[in-house]
Amino acid sequence: MPVNPELQGRVFPPAEPYLVGREKVREFARAVFATHPINLDPAAAQAAGYADVVAPPTFAVVVQEHTLAQLLSEPDAGIDFTRVVHGDQRFTSTRPIVAGDLLTATLTVSSVKTLGPHSMVTAETNVTDSAGEHVVTAISTLVVRGEE
Amino acid sequence: MAAVQQTPVQQTPVFEELAVGDVVAEQEFALTRDSLVRYAGASGDFNPIHYRDDVAATVGLPGVLAHGMLTMGFAVQPVVDWAGDPGRVLDYQVRFTRPVVVDPSFGATVTVTAKVGQLDAEARAARIDLTVSFGGATVLGKAQVRVVLG
Repeated sequence: MPVNPELQGRVFPPAEPYLVGREKVREFARAVFATHPINLDPAAAQAAGYADVVAPPTFAVVVQEHTLAQLLSEPDAGIDFTRVVHGDQRFTSTRPIVAGDLLTATLTVSSVKTLGPHSMVTAETNVTDSAGEHVVTAISTLVVRGEE
Repeated sequence: MAAVQQTPVQQTPVFEELAVGDVVAEQEFALTRDSLVRYAGASGDFNPIHYRDDVAATVGLPGVLAHGMLTMGFAVQPVVDWAGDPGRVLDYQVRFTRPVVVDPSFGATVTVTAKVGQLDAEARAARIDLTVSFGGATVLGKAQVRVVLG
């Protein structure tokens, strides 16, 4: 079943707000080999002007994951998860994510394209903080391989 | 770790001293299967192709693969260290072009080279282009980081 072209333009309800924990930031930082003290040590982060430890640039993927789950489980989407390959990824930030942030993520399907038997779905997750200010936008292109 | 620790003074790179083509950072990352399990836990991506040889073989892969997002995640770290603050990274994009197969015994060594690709004097920002290679081939395409140098 091909990906439903009517997905294009669909906006999903915001995912459950995500509270960024200090230990989660540290855990993620270690997993991506981040060794900068600002990522790990609250005192170093505060000396640099942040409220708490600062997440590495790709941390938003943790928040984005919850919104992509909404897309993949959409009954009429026609997306078979076992056929999904990550094509490309982009993060555009206004400011870095910091421990203590309460983040709200909203997913929009920006495009659905067909390329032979395959489909390319571009999904944009917009992440805002508790004041409603933009923090980061995560854009993923998923390639859904069709039957050969 | 001591309760009181002196924060190392970060030298922010000076925009005027940069030229297109300058290599600003170079680093090797030695991945093991442990790295993949650690990233699975930290990111929440538990796709078994990142830790089970049998599942990887069933879906026709050459072996257990590193998460693309793990490679994207560590490839930017040399730039963060060079820039002196993760907050200077305003935009980061990659294309996933080739998988990184992580051998159960020997792991996988991935090399990152970060080079100045473009300079924007008005914004005092640099586009840093990453070359990320494994086994002599690049694994990320169009890997670009926009860094503001203040």
